[in-house]
Amino acid sequence: MAATSKVVRPPQSPGALQWLRENLFNNLLNSLLTVISLAVILFTLAGAFRWVFFTANWEPISNNPLLYLVGQYPRDDLWRLGVGLVLSSFLFGGSWRVWGGVLRTLAFTYALFLLAGVLWPLQAETLTLTMRAFLLANLVVIYLGFAFAGFKFVRPLSVLFGWVFTLIITLVLLHGISSVAFLPDVSTGLWGGIMVTLILAIGGITLSFPIGVLLALGRRSSLPVVTIFSTAFIEVIRGVPLIGILFLSSIIVPLFLPPEVRIDRLLRALLGMTLFSAAYTAENVRGGLAAVPPGQVEAAKAIGLNNFQITILIVLPQALRAVIPPIVGQFISLFKDTTLASGVAVLELLSVGRSILQANPQYIGLQTEVYLFIAAVFWILSYLMSYASQRLEVALGVGQR
Amino acid sequence: MTSRHSGINQVQFRSEIPFWRDERVLRIAAQVISAILIIGFIIWSVDNVIKATAQRGLSLGFGFLNESAGFPIGETPIPYDPSRSFAYAFVVGVLSTLKVAILGVVFTTLLGTLVGLMRLSSNWLISRIALAYVEIHRNIPLLVLLFLWYRGVFLKFPRVQESITWPGPIFINQRGLYMTWPRLTSTGTIFLTASTAGILLAIIAFIWLRKVREVTGRPTYFGLTSLAILILFPLVGWFLAGGNPITFDIPQLSGFNFQGGVHLTPEFTALLIGLVTYTAGFIAEVVRAGIQAVNRGQLEAARALGLNYSQLLGLVIIPQALRVIIPPLISQYLNLTKNSSLAFFIGYPELFFIGKTTINQAGRAIQVFVLVMLVYLIISLLTSMILNTYNRRIQFIER
Repeated sequence: MAATSKVVRPPQSPGALQWLRENLFNNLLNSLLTVISLAVILFTLAGAFRWVFFTANWEPISNNPLLYLVGQYPRDDLWRLGVGLVLSSFLFGGSWRVWGGVLRTLAFTYALFLLAGVLWPLQAETLTLTMRAFLLANLVVIYLGFAFAGFKFVRPLSVLFGWVFTLIITLVLLHGISSVAFLPDVSTGLWGGIMVTLILAIGGITLSFPIGVLLALGRRSSLPVVTIFSTAFIEVIRGVPLIGILFLSSIIVPLFLPPEVRIDRLLRALLGMTLFSAAYTAENVRGGLAAVPPGQVEAAKAIGLNNFQITILIVLPQALRAVIPPIVGQFISLFKDTTLASGVAVLELLSVGRSILQANPQYIGLQTEVYLFIAAVFWILSYLMSYASQRLEVALGVGQR
Repeated sequence: MTSRHSGINQVQFRSEIPFWRDERVLRIAAQVISAILIIGFIIWSVDNVIKATAQRGLSLGFGFLNESAGFPIGETPIPYDPSRSFAYAFVVGVLSTLKVAILGVVFTTLLGTLVGLMRLSSNWLISRIALAYVEIHRNIPLLVLLFLWYRGVFLKFPRVQESITWPGPIFINQRGLYMTWPRLTSTGTIFLTASTAGILLAIIAFIWLRKVREVTGRPTYFGLTSLAILILFPLVGWFLAGGNPITFDIPQLSGFNFQGGVHLTPEFTALLIGLVTYTAGFIAEVVRAGIQAVNRGQLEAARALGLNYSQLLGLVIIPQALRVIIPPLISQYLNLTKNSSLAFFIGYPELFFIGKTTINQAGRAIQVFVLVMLVYLIISLLTSMILNTYNRRIQFIER
């Protein structure tokens, strides 16, 4: 038997035609479906295109960019937000350098938002040339941050601290300090727009996360009293709609407080969002806690760690890594749920849109445009969050080990 | 050797640990302290309320529920007028919520399953369309969707005189949908009885004949037999009824409005469409994940056994996929029910809306709030009870 060696060509990547045949026209039914859905898509897209560019009147949006951004926040005091913006730009650049990957995408999107502000239709006079120049300058600041983070002494942890610092300083500036002459108090009744939406979302997330972890630990605690209270809290909150909780924190809680105690309206809404989100976070974290193998706790006990150390050093790191996807999902829904705060007279993005429609008779009949714009803003931001979470999962190797 | 041992023996072991380090004492102390803190907080806040209400001369009782409500309700599933009591208005709200929830659950299951199956289609275009649907609906707040449907679509329909006509006929205008609806004539009950009997008999025949087949192995044609019953009985009923058991009630434009047919208000329709399309985005992912969770080996084994496609689906894939699908599906149903409270924003009078109206009318914010939240809580707890029972039932029995 003579060994005949035949050189076989490696399989080629399928060509475009081959791909079409395999994925769109592999049998009669599929071919039919392809043709029909293609027709439907083309028809819909053509209609949507015509509507967006020719029929729709985007004036309620293009004329009021500042209202959507900050609501009625005093225009003379906008520099306070500007400080926060500069710090954020710097940190976005730095985060991009330090972490790369997802943060690069986020920094790019942030830069795109700034650019959108720079190039916003010029007839919107409220967005002055100075502001546009400022937004453009922020692009440079992003680059500065990127360059600065190249120094050896910049650690990921310092960037993280930078973010926390920025968050606090921005909030303090926005609110004002009554004892400082050039920082008069700005009532939260004047805050509005995307600014308030982000404050509710970021505030709710940062506050609800630790509370949620504590509740989850409480529910799994071996102390019956703690378990009962935690379980009752979690189940009651999860059993009622968010609008009910917001209503509770805005209208009912003040009744339960002594008359001299007054809590700010925005803060009350934030309280409601936090309590609601904490209960859901707790349930997610509980799932993660259950997934930590008991051997880990036993090993930790064997090397002499006390209960507190076991929880902080052994159990929580493993539990939290396992529950990143559901927790990010919870944060996304918290972000979307900030719209409900409009029901308790907080002027977040959606209610700004509604009040613009109500206050201007010339915008009658333009509801579709306004709500589509708001939907688009939410869509972009939530999609970014879910994209970031998917990348984070891959980076942390969730489910890999 | 002995000297070393004696050195150890001289150490005095204290038999009792000081109480501040005794775990038994610490555990009890921690519980007592947390109980005192929480209960103390509750007592303090309740005391505040009692003081405040006493100052304003109000009561915390529920006696007001028997007073006349005095406010009209736009649409009600049961007859209502403002002279009825607050309690009755509250029941109207509960029924409206249940109506939206039940209809919503049915439609969202159908749409969600369809989109979920489309996601798994081997046709690239179809699966992309489904993906686009899911991504759009999962990343937009439900409230924005509701406003889009209600103010952006339904309130922008033409006036009554210029109604859009769809086949059916269905008339669409600013005041909602007017649909043609089948109604029973005087002989209709005969047809209805025959049909009901047919459905029941078909189910019984199906179960019984299949059992016979499983036990004896004889072919019983259980599918065909029950199908025949299902068709024959209503047909006989139709003829017995003289061929006209049903008339179609077609809406007629008279004056400034439509008469007859079934009227769906824009509020109700927008709410239902918003809830259904939004929840379907989530259910689609649940269905997709459930079907993908079925082990590939199961499929291959079923093919190797020679099962045909419908057997493969009915006997292998669906039973295993349902095990994964049902729990998250039920929690989506629960979400839909709770989300129906957003009707408050577009003015469909369900439980939350009527609760808010009652508070405006009668004050008594705390009592009304507690009642409304209790209803949602009961629905939730009932659902999770059903879910837990189901989960216990379907646990894999591991050998």
